[in-house]
Amino acid sequence: MSRIDGLFARKNPVFIGFTVAGDPGIETSFRVAKTMIDAGVDLLEIAIPYSDPVADGPVIERAHARALRAGTTPDDVFALVRQVREHAPDLPVVLFTYYNIVYRRGLDRFFAETAAAGADGVLIVDLPVEESGEVAPSALRHGIDRIALIAPTTSPERQHAILREASGFVYLISLEGVTGERDRLPLHVAGLVGAVREKTDLPLAVGFGVSRPEHVGAVAAVGANGVIVGSALVRIVEEHLGDEAGMHEALRTAIKAMRCGIVPDPGPDIPRRERVEG
Amino acid sequence: MKAGRYGVYGGQYVPETLMSALIELEETYGRVSLDPEFSRRLGWYLHEYAGRETPLTYCENLSRDLGCRVYLKREDLLHGGAHKLNNTLGQALMAKFMGKRRLIAETGAGQHGVATAIAGAALGLPVEVYMGEVDTRRQALNVFRMELLGARVIPVASGTRTLKDAINAAMRDWVANSRDTHYLLGSCVGPHPFPWIVRDFQSVIGEEARRQVLEREGRLPDTVVACVGGGSNAIGIFYPFVNDDVALVGVEAGGEGLDTAHHGASLSGGSVGVFQGALSYLLQDGDGQALETHSIAAGLDHPSVGPEHAMLKDSGRVRYEAVTDAEALHAFRYLSRTEGIIPALESAHAVAYALRAAGDLGEDGILVINLSGRGDKDVAEVANLPGGAA
Repeated sequence: MSRIDGLFARKNPVFIGFTVAGDPGIETSFRVAKTMIDAGVDLLEIAIPYSDPVADGPVIERAHARALRAGTTPDDVFALVRQVREHAPDLPVVLFTYYNIVYRRGLDRFFAETAAAGADGVLIVDLPVEESGEVAPSALRHGIDRIALIAPTTSPERQHAILREASGFVYLISLEGVTGERDRLPLHVAGLVGAVREKTDLPLAVGFGVSRPEHVGAVAAVGANGVIVGSALVRIVEEHLGDEAGMHEALRTAIKAMRCGIVPDPGPDIPRRERVEG
Repeated sequence: MKAGRYGVYGGQYVPETLMSALIELEETYGRVSLDPEFSRRLGWYLHEYAGRETPLTYCENLSRDLGCRVYLKREDLLHGGAHKLNNTLGQALMAKFMGKRRLIAETGAGQHGVATAIAGAALGLPVEVYMGEVDTRRQALNVFRMELLGARVIPVASGTRTLKDAINAAMRDWVANSRDTHYLLGSCVGPHPFPWIVRDFQSVIGEEARRQVLEREGRLPDTVVACVGGGSNAIGIFYPFVNDDVALVGVEAGGEGLDTAHHGASLSGGSVGVFQGALSYLLQDGDGQALETHSIAAGLDHPSVGPEHAMLKDSGRVRYEAVTDAEALHAFRYLSRTEGIIPALESAHAVAYALRAAGDLGEDGILVINLSGRGDKDVAEVANLPGGAA
């Protein structure tokens, strides 16, 4: 069983944390990932910094820019994944990338390096199902899950097409817009989770705009199998650029608070989770 | 060829959140473009409001100097001072037919922003224009022009704070607001169906030029030349000639030279990559990050180019050349003095190529240059350069 399948089989819902590799610097970035893992992130999404991250809001866009200014390359990102793998052998890791990084490297080389570094899945944010024909066989050959995205505006027909190619888990975009924090989660999240649930047995994780403990709880309560928190964590990095100790402390506090929003499923297959402090 | 593809180029490399908007746009445009009422109203706006058709001017002095018969297609005489209005009127009217209530656009130097503001004012649609913060300072007059025309200009402070970041910001807005907003993209770039729509609305340039030159000369020209940034004026004049025995030359921004890092020639000096929704030629580093570009002409200062140009380059149907800032500046001054026509610095690139290559045509040769815009917007900048009007 893959690390991703194993995680969703033993835990529900899971807490997914997002970080941009190389933000704010290459070495600090590993320490940020380590703090996030040690604070209880169940799955780590690591973004490869890119010059034109159009799907991202201002907070994550600035993180991409900081990482590029620090000189972060895809080679550095694979090195970071190897470090994370060494630190947390069972933790599922998903690379979050824009397609030109993959295209430029060559599809087969990219997925071979992804697998060799120890990542489990790849999410290509600007590669809709219409364009993913060449990528699917390459990912499959190297045993990498391709995490699919479904938006509130995705039609039922396209949901079917997307789900036919998906593996690992499905990333449900909770709102129309780019990544970023929102005061309130939109009401249609429950409807979206329900509609996609009817079409697939894959785990469903909800992201974009999830930034507060009460959002995390709300998403878990409508039956999602995971929540993804990105901008809220990236913002903490940004707010502590001159104070690394404070950065780690704030990340720990935020992740623990957000994990408290999750009410664990009392199902018999779910082992007791460590107690989380509020 | 797959829909939305030009050879292998083009496609829809966009976040999932944009796909439904692109699908809606493709369906609506397919329907609207066949609607006689749409054609009638667009025809009225182009003729009565924008001033089409534009002249094809025979240039006696230029012809004498170059040793062949030289015509300028006068898009500089279109309302707004550039070819941009062909596209903004078409798309703004389409947005009305689609029931959209708001237009957004990106702009570099401000020409497309001004053209969108004009179309929005004429058609009663509110306009918001994203513009890189650096560009809002460099082109303060165009910011004022847009505001005067009722548009709101939103400075973009991310990335390089220029055109490509303005496009990113406009795409982000559209991702969040596509239900009531039309993104009026200004060039034949971006995801399908934009390259197709923009080419359709700009093809009026080539259709007129082809008819006009046949009327005047009784035959087709030997060569048609246009400048290429994103490539909309070039695709507009080239497309109706693609199946003719006519040489087509696209002229890119050579900046300080293709052997330097300071140019905007993605076809002559770039490599294949995915950028802002399409597979095309791109100025990028070894990892796939877009590079900073340079041109004296802000409208050519962009790291990528429309996907149809990428196909036309590979097939050899169009030849792409680059001219430097210095050559373009020389052509800017030369055309002003020789014909009394001040070209936009972008269009001056096409004139500069003609100055370099016209000798090959012979005295019966016919050369058509697309004069895509007028140069009033560039006068202040050139005045501050060493040499001034000289």
